[in-house]
Amino acid sequence: MGAAVIVKGLKKTFNLRHSHSMKETLVWLAKGRKGDLTKKFDALHDVSFEIQPGETVALLGFNGSGKSTLLKLISGVILPDQGTVRTKGRVAGLIEVGAGFHPDLSGRENVYLNAAILGMTEQEIQEKFDDIVAFSEIEQFIDTEVKFYSSGMFLRLAFAVAVHTQPDIFLVDEILAVGDEPFQRKCLAKIKQLSDEGRTLVVVSHDLDMISRICDRGVVLSSGTVQFEGPADQAVAWLRERN
Amino acid sequence: MSNSTDTYAVPGVGAGLLDVYRRRYLLKLIVRKELRVRYRGSVLGLAWSYVKPLVQYVVLFFALGIVLRVGDQIPNYALYMFSGVIVINFFSEAFSNATRSIVSNAALVKKIYLPRELFPVASVWVAAVHFLPQLIVLLAAALLSGWHPDIMQLFGALLGFVIVAVTATGLGLLAGAINVFFRDAENIVDMLMMIVTWTSPVLYDWTMIRRLAAPWVLTIYQLNPITVAVELFHWAFWYPTVNQPVELPPHLLVTGFIGLGMAALFLVIGQIVFRRLEGHFAQEV
Repeated sequence: MGAAVIVKGLKKTFNLRHSHSMKETLVWLAKGRKGDLTKKFDALHDVSFEIQPGETVALLGFNGSGKSTLLKLISGVILPDQGTVRTKGRVAGLIEVGAGFHPDLSGRENVYLNAAILGMTEQEIQEKFDDIVAFSEIEQFIDTEVKFYSSGMFLRLAFAVAVHTQPDIFLVDEILAVGDEPFQRKCLAKIKQLSDEGRTLVVVSHDLDMISRICDRGVVLSSGTVQFEGPADQAVAWLRERN
Repeated sequence: MSNSTDTYAVPGVGAGLLDVYRRRYLLKLIVRKELRVRYRGSVLGLAWSYVKPLVQYVVLFFALGIVLRVGDQIPNYALYMFSGVIVINFFSEAFSNATRSIVSNAALVKKIYLPRELFPVASVWVAAVHFLPQLIVLLAAALLSGWHPDIMQLFGALLGFVIVAVTATGLGLLAGAINVFFRDAENIVDMLMMIVTWTSPVLYDWTMIRRLAAPWVLTIYQLNPITVAVELFHWAFWYPTVNQPVELPPHLLVTGFIGLGMAALFLVIGQIVFRRLEGHFAQEV
Protein backbone atom coordinates (compact mmCIF):
# COMPACT_ATOMS: atom_id res chain seq x y z
CA MET A 1 0.00 0.00 0.00
CA GLY A 2 1.46 3.35 -1.07
CA ALA A 3 1.35 6.76 0.49
CA ALA A 4 -1.99 8.47 1.11
CA VAL A 5 -0.76 11.86 0.01
CA ILE A 6 2.13 12.49 -2.36
CA VAL A 7 3.38 16.02 -2.86
CA LYS A 8 6.12 16.51 -5.41
CA GLY A 9 8.02 19.64 -6.40
CA LEU A 10 5.15 21.89 -5.49
CA LYS A 11 5.32 25.54 -6.45
CA LYS A 12 2.63 28.13 -5.97
CA THR A 13 2.86 31.75 -7.00
CA PHE A 14 0.24 34.33 -6.19
CA ASN A 15 -0.50 37.44 -8.17
CA LEU A 16 -0.79 40.42 -5.92
CA ARG A 17 -3.50 42.04 -7.95
CA HIS A 18 -6.43 43.57 -6.28
CA SER A 19 -8.13 45.60 -8.95
CA HIS A 20 -10.78 43.73 -10.87
CA SER A 21 -11.27 46.09 -13.73
CA MET A 22 -11.23 45.51 -17.43
CA LYS A 23 -10.18 49.11 -18.01
CA GLU A 24 -6.83 48.74 -16.28
CA THR A 25 -6.09 45.55 -18.14
CA LEU A 26 -7.00 47.11 -21.47
CA VAL A 27 -4.82 50.14 -20.75
CA TRP A 28 -1.98 47.80 -19.88
CA LEU A 29 -2.50 45.85 -23.11
CA ALA A 30 -2.71 49.06 -25.14
CA LYS A 31 0.61 50.22 -23.73
CA GLY A 32 2.23 47.13 -25.18
CA ARG A 33 2.19 45.12 -21.96
CA LYS A 34 4.87 47.28 -20.43
CA GLY A 35 5.86 46.34 -16.94
CA ASP A 36 4.19 43.77 -14.77
CA LEU A 37 0.50 44.29 -14.39
CA THR A 38 0.74 42.23 -11.25
CA LYS A 39 3.36 41.68 -8.62
CA LYS A 40 4.15 38.05 -7.95
CA PHE A 41 4.76 36.31 -4.69
CA ASP A 42 6.07 32.77 -4.19
CA ALA A 43 3.97 31.18 -1.47
CA LEU A 44 5.49 27.74 -1.90
CA HIS A 45 8.67 26.67 -3.59
CA ASP A 46 9.76 23.13 -4.41
CA VAL A 47 7.88 21.38 -1.62
CA SER A 48 7.94 17.58 -1.62
CA PHE A 49 6.88 15.00 0.94
CA GLU A 50 4.71 11.96 1.42
CA ILE A 51 2.15 11.07 4.04
CA GLN A 52 1.47 7.43 4.81
CA PRO A 53 -2.07 6.12 5.40
CA GLY A 54 -3.07 6.39 9.05
CA GLU A 55 -0.48 9.00 9.86
CA THR A 56 -1.27 12.20 11.73
CA VAL A 57 0.91 14.93 10.32
CA ALA A 58 1.20 18.52 11.43
CA LEU A 59 2.18 21.33 9.11
CA LEU A 60 4.10 23.81 11.21
CA GLY A 61 5.51 27.25 10.67
CA PHE A 62 5.02 30.88 11.50
CA ASN A 63 2.40 33.07 9.88
CA GLY A 64 2.96 33.41 6.16
CA SER A 65 5.15 30.32 5.88
CA GLY A 66 2.79 28.66 3.41
CA LYS A 67 1.01 26.11 5.63
CA SER A 68 -2.50 27.03 4.67
CA THR A 69 -1.56 27.33 1.01
CA LEU A 70 -0.20 23.81 1.17
CA LEU A 71 -3.37 22.55 2.81
CA LYS A 72 -5.46 24.24 0.13
CA LEU A 73 -3.35 22.58 -2.54
CA ILE A 74 -3.86 19.15 -0.99
CA SER A 75 -7.60 19.72 -0.72
CA GLY A 76 -7.83 20.94 -4.32
CA VAL A 77 -9.19 24.38 -3.50
CA ILE A 78 -6.27 25.84 -5.46
CA LEU A 79 -4.08 24.21 -8.08
CA PRO A 80 -0.26 24.24 -8.14
CA ASP A 81 1.72 26.22 -10.72
CA GLN A 82 4.34 23.48 -10.81
CA GLY A 83 4.61 20.02 -9.32
CA THR A 84 1.91 17.54 -8.44
CA VAL A 85 -0.35 16.52 -5.60
CA ARG A 86 -1.88 13.06 -5.49
CA THR A 87 -4.30 11.77 -2.91
CA LYS A 88 -5.76 8.35 -2.31
CA GLY A 89 -9.31 7.96 -1.04
CA ARG A 90 -11.95 10.45 0.03
CA VAL A 91 -10.57 13.78 1.14
CA ALA A 92 -12.46 16.07 3.48
CA GLY A 93 -10.80 19.43 3.38
CA LEU A 94 -11.82 21.69 6.17
CA ILE A 95 -9.78 24.78 5.65
CA GLU A 96 -11.82 26.50 8.28
CA VAL A 97 -14.24 24.92 10.71
CA GLY A 98 -17.73 26.01 9.73
CA ALA A 99 -16.76 27.43 6.34
CA GLY A 100 -19.91 26.23 4.62
CA PHE A 101 -22.34 27.32 7.30
CA HIS A 102 -25.05 29.76 6.39
CA PRO A 103 -26.27 32.04 9.20
CA ASP A 104 -29.88 32.15 8.00
CA LEU A 105 -30.37 28.40 8.02
CA SER A 106 -31.20 26.37 11.10
CA GLY A 107 -28.65 24.13 12.76
CA ARG A 108 -30.36 21.10 11.28
CA GLU A 109 -30.30 22.46 7.73
CA ASN A 110 -26.66 23.45 8.13
CA VAL A 111 -25.74 19.95 9.28
CA TYR A 112 -27.27 18.48 6.13
CA LEU A 113 -25.77 21.08 3.82
CA ASN A 114 -22.30 20.87 5.31
CA ALA A 115 -22.16 17.13 5.52
CA ALA A 116 -23.13 17.03 1.83
CA ILE A 117 -20.49 19.63 1.01
CA LEU A 118 -17.89 17.51 2.77
CA GLY A 119 -18.88 14.58 0.58
CA MET A 120 -21.43 12.55 2.55
CA THR A 121 -24.39 10.94 0.83
CA GLU A 122 -27.98 11.52 1.89
CA GLN A 123 -28.17 8.11 3.53
CA GLU A 124 -24.92 8.59 5.45
CA ILE A 125 -26.13 11.93 6.76
CA GLN A 126 -29.42 10.49 7.94
CA GLU A 127 -27.61 7.68 9.73
CA LYS A 128 -25.12 10.01 11.37
CA PHE A 129 -27.43 12.92 12.12
CA ASP A 130 -28.23 11.97 15.70
CA ASP A 131 -24.58 11.25 16.46
CA ILE A 132 -23.58 14.63 15.09
CA VAL A 133 -26.12 16.48 17.19
CA ALA A 134 -25.28 14.45 20.28
CA PHE A 135 -21.59 15.15 19.82
CA SER A 136 -22.18 18.88 19.52
CA GLU A 137 -24.34 18.86 22.70
CA ILE A 138 -26.69 21.51 21.33
CA GLU A 139 -29.80 19.37 20.79
CA GLN A 140 -31.96 22.09 22.26
CA PHE A 141 -31.00 24.63 19.61
CA ILE A 142 -30.78 22.43 16.54
CA ASP A 143 -33.81 24.05 14.91
CA THR A 144 -32.71 27.58 15.74
CA GLU A 145 -31.11 29.66 13.02
CA VAL A 146 -27.34 29.57 13.27
CA LYS A 147 -27.06 33.37 13.41
CA PHE A 148 -28.47 33.21 16.93
CA TYR A 149 -25.80 30.75 18.07
CA SER A 150 -22.93 31.76 20.30
CA SER A 151 -19.54 31.33 18.67
CA GLY A 152 -18.92 28.29 20.86
CA MET A 153 -22.14 26.59 19.81
CA PHE A 154 -21.39 27.34 16.19
CA LEU A 155 -17.93 25.79 16.35
CA ARG A 156 -19.20 22.76 18.21
CA LEU A 157 -21.75 21.98 15.58
CA ALA A 158 -19.35 22.65 12.71
CA PHE A 159 -16.69 20.44 14.24
CA ALA A 160 -19.22 17.70 14.98
CA VAL A 161 -20.22 17.61 11.31
CA ALA A 162 -16.62 17.52 10.19
CA VAL A 163 -15.50 14.62 12.37
CA HIS A 164 -18.47 12.53 11.33
CA THR A 165 -17.81 12.75 7.59
CA GLN A 166 -15.63 9.62 7.66
CA PRO A 167 -13.05 10.66 5.09
CA ASP A 168 -9.90 8.69 4.35
CA ILE A 169 -7.89 11.88 4.50
CA PHE A 170 -8.88 14.65 6.80
CA LEU A 171 -7.38 18.12 6.36
CA VAL A 172 -7.96 20.69 9.05
CA ASP A 173 -6.78 24.21 9.64
CA GLU A 174 -6.77 25.27 13.30
CA ILE A 175 -8.73 22.25 14.38
CA LEU A 176 -8.07 22.82 18.04
CA ALA A 177 -9.50 26.28 18.42
CA VAL A 178 -12.83 24.75 19.31
CA GLY A 179 -14.93 25.44 22.36
CA ASP A 180 -14.17 25.15 26.05
CA GLU A 181 -11.78 22.72 27.66
CA PRO A 182 -14.13 19.76 28.18
CA PHE A 183 -15.20 20.01 24.56
CA GLN A 184 -11.59 20.30 23.39
CA ARG A 185 -10.78 17.10 25.26
CA LYS A 186 -13.68 15.42 23.54
CA CYS A 187 -12.43 16.64 20.17
CA LEU A 188 -8.93 15.36 20.83
CA ALA A 189 -10.32 11.98 21.80
CA LYS A 190 -12.30 11.95 18.57
CA ILE A 191 -9.21 12.82 16.56
CA LYS A 192 -7.31 9.99 18.24
CA GLN A 193 -10.16 7.67 17.39
CA LEU A 194 -10.14 8.75 13.74
CA SER A 195 -6.43 8.13 13.55
CA ASP A 196 -6.77 4.73 15.27
CA GLU A 197 -9.32 3.79 12.62
CA GLY A 198 -6.55 4.23 10.09
CA ARG A 199 -7.56 7.63 8.76
CA THR A 200 -4.93 10.06 7.63
CA LEU A 201 -4.93 13.47 9.27
CA VAL A 202 -3.14 16.59 8.13
CA VAL A 203 -3.39 19.37 10.65
CA VAL A 204 -2.34 23.00 10.65
CA SER A 205 -2.11 24.61 14.06
CA HIS A 206 -0.15 27.06 16.15
CA ASP A 207 -0.85 25.15 19.32
CA LEU A 208 2.53 23.43 19.56
CA ASP A 209 1.84 21.52 22.79
CA MET A 210 -1.25 20.00 21.33
CA ILE A 211 0.59 19.05 18.16
CA SER A 212 3.37 17.24 19.97
CA ARG A 213 0.70 15.27 21.82
CA ILE A 214 -1.52 14.20 18.96
CA CYS A 215 0.69 14.15 15.85
CA ASP A 216 3.12 11.48 14.71
CA ARG A 217 5.10 13.68 12.43
CA GLY A 218 5.71 17.34 11.72
CA VAL A 219 6.65 19.20 8.57
CA VAL A 220 8.06 22.63 9.28
CA LEU A 221 7.67 25.27 6.59
CA SER A 222 9.40 28.60 6.36
CA SER A 223 9.14 31.09 3.49
CA GLY A 224 7.49 28.45 1.39
CA THR A 225 10.05 25.68 1.68
CA VAL A 226 10.31 22.60 3.88
CA GLN A 227 12.89 23.30 6.59
CA PHE A 228 12.47 20.26 8.76
CA GLU A 229 10.66 16.97 8.58
CA GLY A 230 10.57 14.43 11.40
CA PRO A 231 8.80 13.25 14.55
CA ALA A 232 6.31 15.78 15.84
CA ASP A 233 8.08 16.61 19.11
CA GLN A 234 11.37 17.17 17.27
CA ALA A 235 9.63 19.37 14.73
CA VAL A 236 8.10 21.41 17.54
CA ALA A 237 11.49 21.68 19.26
CA TRP A 238 13.12 22.73 15.98
CA LEU A 239 10.55 25.47 15.53
CA ARG A 240 10.82 26.65 19.13
CA GLU A 241 14.61 26.99 18.84
CA ARG A 242 14.17 29.49 16.07
CA ASN A 243 11.50 31.45 17.85
CA MET B 1 -14.37 3.19 0.46
CA SER B 2 -14.09 0.62 -2.30
CA ASN B 3 -11.90 0.97 -5.35
CA SER B 4 -11.51 4.71 -4.90
CA THR B 5 -8.82 3.93 -2.33
CA ASP B 6 -6.69 2.08 -4.84
CA THR B 7 -6.10 4.87 -7.30
CA TYR B 8 -4.63 8.30 -6.92
CA ALA B 9 -6.74 11.33 -7.56
CA VAL B 10 -5.61 14.80 -8.55
CA PRO B 11 -7.22 17.15 -6.05
CA GLY B 12 -9.10 20.08 -7.52
CA VAL B 13 -9.65 18.53 -10.94
CA GLY B 14 -13.18 17.24 -11.36
CA ALA B 15 -15.40 16.00 -14.14
CA GLY B 16 -17.30 19.27 -14.57
CA LEU B 17 -21.04 19.01 -15.05
CA LEU B 18 -20.83 15.25 -14.64
CA ASP B 19 -19.76 15.86 -11.03
CA VAL B 20 -22.83 18.02 -10.55
CA TYR B 21 -24.95 15.07 -11.58
CA ARG B 22 -23.04 12.75 -9.25
CA ARG B 23 -23.57 15.12 -6.37
CA ARG B 24 -27.19 15.97 -7.13
CA TYR B 25 -28.16 15.62 -3.49
CA LEU B 26 -25.80 18.47 -2.65
CA LEU B 27 -27.24 20.40 -5.59
CA LYS B 28 -30.72 19.93 -4.14
CA LEU B 29 -29.57 21.24 -0.76
CA ILE B 30 -27.89 24.27 -2.34
CA VAL B 31 -31.05 25.08 -4.31
CA ARG B 32 -33.10 24.76 -1.13
CA LYS B 33 -30.65 27.00 0.71
CA GLU B 34 -30.88 29.68 -1.98
CA LEU B 35 -34.67 29.63 -1.81
CA ARG B 36 -34.73 29.74 1.99
CA VAL B 37 -32.28 32.61 2.10
CA ARG B 38 -34.15 34.53 -0.60
CA TYR B 39 -37.42 34.52 1.31
CA ARG B 40 -36.10 34.84 4.85
CA GLY B 41 -38.08 37.16 7.02
CA SER B 42 -40.85 37.55 4.46
CA VAL B 43 -44.44 36.78 5.43
CA LEU B 44 -45.64 35.75 1.99
CA GLY B 45 -42.46 33.83 1.17
CA LEU B 46 -42.64 31.91 -2.07
CA ALA B 47 -46.15 33.30 -2.64
CA TRP B 48 -44.39 36.43 -3.86
CA SER B 49 -43.44 34.54 -6.97
CA TYR B 50 -47.17 34.20 -7.73
CA VAL B 51 -47.99 37.81 -6.98
CA LYS B 52 -45.29 39.25 -9.26
CA PRO B 53 -46.29 37.48 -12.50
CA LEU B 54 -49.95 38.12 -11.78
CA VAL B 55 -49.28 41.83 -11.54
CA GLN B 56 -47.13 41.64 -14.64
CA TYR B 57 -49.99 40.01 -16.53
CA VAL B 58 -52.51 42.58 -15.40
CA VAL B 59 -50.15 45.41 -16.40
CA LEU B 60 -49.64 43.90 -19.85
CA PHE B 61 -53.36 43.47 -20.27
CA PHE B 62 -54.30 47.04 -19.39
CA ALA B 63 -51.29 49.09 -20.41
CA LEU B 64 -50.72 47.48 -23.79
CA GLY B 65 -54.28 46.62 -24.62
CA ILE B 66 -56.17 49.68 -23.56
CA VAL B 67 -53.50 52.38 -23.68
CA LEU B 68 -51.38 51.24 -26.62
CA ARG B 69 -54.13 49.22 -28.39
CA VAL B 70 -51.80 46.37 -29.34
CA GLY B 71 -54.83 44.10 -29.55
CA ASP B 72 -55.66 45.56 -32.95
CA GLN B 73 -52.64 43.74 -34.45
CA ILE B 74 -52.28 40.67 -32.25
CA PRO B 75 -55.34 38.75 -31.10
CA ASN B 76 -55.21 37.66 -27.46
CA TYR B 77 -52.21 39.96 -27.15
CA ALA B 78 -51.94 39.65 -23.35
CA LEU B 79 -51.55 35.91 -23.59
CA TYR B 80 -49.17 36.31 -26.52
CA MET B 81 -46.91 38.64 -24.61
CA PHE B 82 -47.10 36.92 -21.29
CA SER B 83 -46.06 33.58 -22.75
CA GLY B 84 -42.97 35.31 -24.16
CA VAL B 85 -42.35 37.40 -21.07
CA ILE B 86 -42.09 34.41 -18.75
CA VAL B 87 -39.48 32.84 -21.05
CA ILE B 88 -37.46 36.04 -20.82
CA ASN B 89 -38.01 36.21 -17.05
CA PHE B 90 -36.74 32.68 -16.63
CA PHE B 91 -33.75 33.28 -18.86
CA SER B 92 -32.69 36.54 -17.30
CA GLU B 93 -33.06 35.36 -13.72
CA ALA B 94 -31.15 32.16 -14.46
CA PHE B 95 -28.42 33.85 -16.48
CA SER B 96 -27.80 36.85 -14.25
CA ASN B 97 -27.86 34.86 -11.02
CA ALA B 98 -25.58 32.21 -12.50
CA THR B 99 -23.20 35.00 -13.50
CA ARG B 100 -23.02 36.15 -9.89
CA SER B 101 -23.08 32.69 -8.36
CA ILE B 102 -19.35 32.02 -8.02
CA VAL B 103 -18.59 35.43 -6.58
CA SER B 104 -21.49 35.32 -4.14
CA ASN B 105 -20.39 31.90 -2.91
CA ALA B 106 -16.81 33.10 -2.51
CA ALA B 107 -16.68 31.95 1.13
CA LEU B 108 -17.24 28.38 0.04
CA VAL B 109 -15.18 28.51 -3.15
CA LYS B 110 -12.14 29.69 -1.21
CA LYS B 111 -12.29 27.15 1.55
CA ILE B 112 -13.67 23.84 0.44
CA TYR B 113 -13.22 22.04 -2.83
CA LEU B 114 -16.47 21.08 -4.45
CA PRO B 115 -17.49 21.02 -8.10
CA ARG B 116 -17.89 24.75 -8.74
CA GLU B 117 -20.31 24.10 -11.58
CA LEU B 118 -22.80 23.44 -8.77
CA PHE B 119 -23.32 27.15 -8.20
CA PRO B 120 -24.36 28.27 -11.70
CA VAL B 121 -26.45 25.10 -12.10
CA ALA B 122 -28.16 25.77 -8.76
CA SER B 123 -28.98 29.31 -9.93
CA VAL B 124 -30.72 27.91 -12.99
CA TRP B 125 -32.70 25.52 -10.79
CA VAL B 126 -33.76 28.34 -8.49
CA ALA B 127 -34.94 30.29 -11.54
CA ALA B 128 -36.84 27.20 -12.66
CA VAL B 129 -38.58 27.05 -9.28
CA HIS B 130 -39.63 30.67 -9.79
CA PHE B 131 -40.71 29.88 -13.33
CA LEU B 132 -43.32 27.41 -12.13
CA PRO B 133 -45.71 29.97 -10.58
CA GLN B 134 -45.43 32.07 -13.74
CA LEU B 135 -46.34 29.03 -15.79
CA ILE B 136 -49.35 28.44 -13.58
CA VAL B 137 -50.51 32.03 -14.09
CA LEU B 138 -50.00 31.56 -17.82
CA LEU B 139 -51.97 28.31 -17.82
CA ALA B 140 -54.81 29.93 -15.91
CA ALA B 141 -54.92 32.81 -18.39
CA ALA B 142 -54.77 30.39 -21.33
CA LEU B 143 -57.58 28.23 -19.97
CA LEU B 144 -59.74 31.32 -19.51
CA SER B 145 -59.17 32.08 -23.20
CA GLY B 146 -60.29 28.61 -24.27
CA TRP B 147 -56.95 26.87 -24.54
CA HIS B 148 -56.96 23.42 -26.21
CA PRO B 149 -53.41 22.41 -27.16
CA ASP B 150 -52.40 19.24 -28.97
CA ILE B 151 -49.61 16.96 -27.81
CA MET B 152 -47.03 18.39 -30.23
CA GLN B 153 -47.65 21.89 -28.92
CA LEU B 154 -47.08 20.72 -25.36
CA PHE B 155 -43.90 19.01 -26.51
CA GLY B 156 -42.90 22.33 -28.08
CA ALA B 157 -43.31 24.08 -24.73
CA LEU B 158 -41.15 21.48 -23.03
CA LEU B 159 -38.53 21.84 -25.75
CA GLY B 160 -38.60 25.61 -25.31
CA PHE B 161 -38.06 25.27 -21.57
CA VAL B 162 -35.12 22.91 -22.05
CA ILE B 163 -33.56 25.25 -24.63
CA VAL B 164 -33.71 28.18 -22.22
CA ALA B 165 -32.40 26.16 -19.27
CA VAL B 166 -29.45 24.79 -21.26
CA THR B 167 -28.63 28.18 -22.79
CA ALA B 168 -28.73 29.87 -19.39
CA THR B 169 -26.51 27.16 -17.88
CA GLY B 170 -23.95 27.48 -20.67
CA LEU B 171 -23.85 31.26 -20.71
CA GLY B 172 -24.01 31.31 -16.91
CA LEU B 173 -20.94 29.08 -16.67
CA LEU B 174 -19.12 31.33 -19.13
CA ALA B 175 -20.06 34.66 -17.56
CA GLY B 176 -19.83 33.30 -14.00
CA ALA B 177 -16.23 32.23 -14.59
CA ILE B 178 -15.28 35.53 -16.23
CA ASN B 179 -16.98 37.47 -13.44
CA VAL B 180 -14.47 36.08 -10.94
CA PHE B 181 -11.71 37.96 -12.74
CA PHE B 182 -13.62 40.93 -14.07
CA ARG B 183 -16.66 42.05 -12.15
CA ASP B 184 -17.61 43.96 -15.30
CA ALA B 185 -19.18 40.72 -16.52
CA GLU B 186 -22.23 41.08 -14.32
CA ASN B 187 -22.88 44.59 -15.62
CA ILE B 188 -22.51 43.43 -19.20
CA VAL B 189 -24.99 40.63 -18.51
CA ASP B 190 -27.46 43.09 -16.95
CA MET B 191 -27.18 45.19 -20.07
CA LEU B 192 -27.73 42.17 -22.33
CA MET B 193 -30.85 41.34 -20.36
CA MET B 194 -32.34 44.69 -21.32
CA ILE B 195 -31.66 43.92 -24.97
CA VAL B 196 -32.80 40.33 -24.96
CA THR B 197 -36.50 41.24 -24.62
CA TRP B 198 -36.24 43.05 -27.95
CA THR B 199 -34.13 40.52 -29.85
CA SER B 200 -37.01 38.05 -29.53
CA PRO B 201 -40.63 38.50 -30.59
CA VAL B 202 -41.98 39.18 -27.12
CA LEU B 203 -43.65 42.57 -27.45
CA TYR B 204 -44.12 42.43 -31.21
CA ASP B 205 -44.59 39.57 -33.64
CA TRP B 206 -42.03 37.96 -35.90
CA THR B 207 -43.66 39.06 -39.18
CA MET B 208 -42.48 42.61 -38.42
CA ILE B 209 -38.87 41.41 -38.68
CA ARG B 210 -39.68 39.68 -41.95
CA ARG B 211 -41.23 42.88 -43.29
CA LEU B 212 -38.39 45.13 -42.21
CA ALA B 213 -35.24 43.09 -42.68
CA ALA B 214 -33.47 40.98 -45.27
CA PRO B 215 -34.02 37.20 -45.21
CA TRP B 216 -30.53 36.50 -43.85
CA VAL B 217 -31.24 38.82 -40.91
CA LEU B 218 -34.34 36.77 -40.16
CA THR B 219 -32.23 33.60 -40.29
CA ILE B 220 -29.78 34.99 -37.75
CA TYR B 221 -32.69 36.26 -35.69
CA GLN B 222 -34.11 32.75 -35.57
CA LEU B 223 -30.80 31.17 -34.62
CA ASN B 224 -31.10 32.85 -31.23
CA PRO B 225 -32.21 30.00 -28.94
CA ILE B 226 -34.24 32.40 -26.82
CA THR B 227 -36.19 33.53 -29.88
CA VAL B 228 -36.86 29.90 -30.72
CA ALA B 229 -38.08 29.22 -27.17
CA VAL B 230 -40.37 32.25 -27.23
CA GLU B 231 -41.86 31.13 -30.53
CA LEU B 232 -42.37 27.61 -29.21
CA PHE B 233 -44.18 29.06 -26.20
CA HIS B 234 -46.41 31.13 -28.48
CA TRP B 235 -47.18 27.99 -30.43
CA ALA B 236 -48.03 26.05 -27.27
CA PHE B 237 -49.93 28.58 -25.17
CA TRP B 238 -51.19 31.35 -27.41
CA TYR B 239 -51.81 29.81 -30.85
CA PRO B 240 -54.40 27.24 -29.63
CA THR B 241 -56.51 30.08 -28.20
CA VAL B 242 -56.65 32.09 -31.40
CA ASN B 243 -59.73 31.76 -33.63
CA GLN B 244 -58.70 33.98 -36.50
CA PRO B 245 -55.92 33.07 -38.98
CA VAL B 246 -52.43 34.07 -37.74
CA GLU B 247 -49.10 33.25 -39.25
CA LEU B 248 -46.64 31.24 -37.20
CA PRO B 249 -42.94 31.09 -38.13
CA PRO B 250 -42.41 28.15 -40.53
CA HIS B 251 -40.91 24.80 -39.46
CA LEU B 252 -41.22 25.50 -35.76
CA LEU B 253 -40.04 22.08 -34.62
CA VAL B 254 -37.04 22.17 -36.95
CA THR B 255 -35.99 25.59 -35.68
CA GLY B 256 -36.70 24.20 -32.21
CA PHE B 257 -34.08 21.50 -32.63
CA ILE B 258 -31.65 23.95 -34.22
CA GLY B 259 -32.21 26.14 -31.15
CA LEU B 260 -31.47 23.16 -28.94
CA GLY B 261 -28.27 22.64 -30.90
CA MET B 262 -27.29 26.27 -30.33
CA ALA B 263 -28.05 25.89 -26.64
CA ALA B 264 -25.86 22.78 -26.48
CA LEU B 265 -23.09 24.70 -28.22
CA PHE B 266 -23.29 27.43 -25.58
CA LEU B 267 -23.16 24.76 -22.90
CA VAL B 268 -20.02 23.20 -24.36
CA ILE B 269 -18.30 26.58 -24.72
CA GLY B 270 -19.35 27.58 -21.20
CA GLN B 271 -18.05 24.35 -19.72
CA ILE B 272 -14.71 24.57 -21.54
CA VAL B 273 -14.08 28.17 -20.48
CA PHE B 274 -15.23 27.42 -16.95
CA ARG B 275 -12.78 24.55 -16.63
CA ARG B 276 -9.95 26.64 -18.01
CA LEU B 277 -10.52 29.36 -15.43
CA GLU B 278 -11.69 27.26 -12.49
CA GLY B 279 -8.19 26.58 -11.18
CA HIS B 280 -7.78 30.25 -10.30
CA PHE B 281 -11.18 30.83 -8.70
CA ALA B 282 -10.15 30.35 -5.09
CA GLN B 283 -7.26 32.79 -5.24
CA GLU B 284 -8.93 35.45 -7.39
CA VAL B 285 -12.50 35.58 -6.16
